[in-house]
Amino acid sequence: MITIENLTKRYGATAVVDGVSMEIAGNSLTVIVGTSGSGKSTLLRMVNRLVEPSSGRVLIDGHDTRDEPAHLLRRRIGYAIQGHGLFPHRTVAENIATVPRLLGWDAGRIRARVEELLRAFQLDPAVYAGQLPHQLSGGQQQRVGVARALAVEPALLLMDEPFGALDPIIRAKAQEDLLEVRRRFGTTIVLVTHDMDEAFRLGDRVAVMSEGRVLQYDRPAVLLTRPADPFVSRMTGIAGRALRLLTLISAGEAAIPGAGDGPEVVASATLHDVLSELVWRGVDSVRVVDADGTPRGRLTVAAILARGRP
Amino acid sequence: MRLDRLGALLTAAGALALLTLPFVVFKANRIVPGDPRTLVQVLPAWAAFGCYALLLAVALIALAVGDARVRLVAALAGVVVVALAAAAAGNALTPPGNRVVRIAPGAAWWVLMVSLGLLATDAATRMRPGPALRVLSLVVSLAVAWLALAHGTFDHLSIMREYAVNAARFAHEAARHVSLAGGSLAAALAVGLPLGILCHRLPRLRGAVLGVLNVIQTIPAIALFGILMAPLALLAAAWPLAAALGIRGIGAAPAVVALFLYSLLPIVANTVAGLRRVSHTTVEAAHGMGMTSAQVLTGIELPLALPVILTGVRVVLVQNIGMVTVAALIGGGGLGTFVFQGIGQTAIDLVLLGAIPIVALAFSAAVLLDALAEVMDRAPQ
Repeated sequence: MITIENLTKRYGATAVVDGVSMEIAGNSLTVIVGTSGSGKSTLLRMVNRLVEPSSGRVLIDGHDTRDEPAHLLRRRIGYAIQGHGLFPHRTVAENIATVPRLLGWDAGRIRARVEELLRAFQLDPAVYAGQLPHQLSGGQQQRVGVARALAVEPALLLMDEPFGALDPIIRAKAQEDLLEVRRRFGTTIVLVTHDMDEAFRLGDRVAVMSEGRVLQYDRPAVLLTRPADPFVSRMTGIAGRALRLLTLISAGEAAIPGAGDGPEVVASATLHDVLSELVWRGVDSVRVVDADGTPRGRLTVAAILARGRP
Repeated sequence: MRLDRLGALLTAAGALALLTLPFVVFKANRIVPGDPRTLVQVLPAWAAFGCYALLLAVALIALAVGDARVRLVAALAGVVVVALAAAAAGNALTPPGNRVVRIAPGAAWWVLMVSLGLLATDAATRMRPGPALRVLSLVVSLAVAWLALAHGTFDHLSIMREYAVNAARFAHEAARHVSLAGGSLAAALAVGLPLGILCHRLPRLRGAVLGVLNVIQTIPAIALFGILMAPLALLAAAWPLAAALGIRGIGAAPAVVALFLYSLLPIVANTVAGLRRVSHTTVEAAHGMGMTSAQVLTGIELPLALPVILTGVRVVLVQNIGMVTVAALIGGGGLGTFVFQGIGQTAIDLVLLGAIPIVALAFSAAVLLDALAEVMDRAPQ
């Protein structure tokens, strides 16, 4: 668990981050979203002390981050950034081995860990371990960047616009991979982005920042239904808010009892996708089933529309 | 078929030189003006016409053949034959036992060697050899030249006559030349690298330091030697230890100090440029991984800046090898000693005895450091 207490960063007279307090639960995926210059990256960098706060403090599992030297703190915290930040003169394997080497792991353990991570990110070690970053595609570079950040299985992973440089298709794949990483390692993730769709797609909780302050920090659905501030409404988008709300609810959650008729949809699909399917096929009800085909109930247009209201 | 333009130019130059200029010059002694001789005058007819035939073949290849390997082989064959022709002329024109006459390569010989050299360089460049091959070619060329010289092939030519007279001093001055150039480079690296790193970290310092170094660069070498004489002489007078270390107003001390000062700008400027080339994201990621500032500098920033820094080292080394020559004027020694003695005695062969090794040294240093910089550049930006 991370506790941020009254954190402020001033450059001269201007406060880039202004008295932010928030609690981030363990094993959660928290997204900090804001326009450029909102202070979101600075807030993130104060967690691993790449930026030292002007005042306030950060506690990780109850320990003040200032109690140990900054570089030792950072070795325990994963860090992935936009444009991956891979070291261009080091091979993929050497890049991933960065933190294990700093921690003095023996060579055999490092090699085993590098191969395990490469496989976890669908990169064949025999092919990619010896390559230099510039020989990889953008999506592969990004995956190596995340693999490097996870090399010592940190309990906390900080990500600063990690998918910003990727095209939409690779980006969606990278987002899925991230959710998979979280399921697999149970890592607490704090991710900074300017993309509200990404925030809604990934975040358990979303903090909306503007001018150095956190305007609202809550579950995505609450941001839509009970925005604390006109700026939050503008960020989440007024015109599309009903449809966006539907993206946050799965068919399984919304299914109503009964056999029903019409085509099958899987329980993990969002209501947004189900509605789209209904419109496309010109039907007004579907059957909801689990991945293994077990019936979970049915959904109608009326039932879906009812979920798109605050 | 297309006419090769460089080939046409070089062929025209070579042909014109061969027809109108002397191939060798015969001098009764080292300082009198000489008698011009053409190739047919100094070699047996079969040898002279053999040379003409071979040069004609090289010219045709230079004009019409596009394959770089063929052009390279032809040019190198030309270089060897023209060099050997001069050596043969020396042997033929020198009366047995005579150590006074001087047989010097004439204007045509120089024009031919330069033309063939350019042709070879052009062909080699077109083949885009890798760094290892370039270094190997350099080593082989130097070895061949050394073997020919050691074997005495050119002993009757004027420059080698000057060498024979100055053999003992030559090795000493050559070693001194290298140590002056290398020593000032080492000192410039020892000061310039940290200064460059500091300038990179402190942008306000950068402008001031580079400004001062730029001004130093514009001071002519002779003037800088003069400027340094007084303070170094005072230093030696005030500190017996300094004098004991060989620091004086003239000699090696002002030469090394001046070369050191000239060397700082390329080293500092390239260190700054090299470090600036390292992407901000990369450095930020390194810090974010938990590297200490020293680890980021030695593990990330300097390795990535190294190719650019080596380019600076190359500039400095080549520049120093050239400028050490002038140090001979203030008693600094080095191969420049022969150059200035030669000028004083109007003995052009003695000038060449100093100048040719200087050019060879500078060229070798450039090839070696270029290759090194290329090998070090693992990450194309």
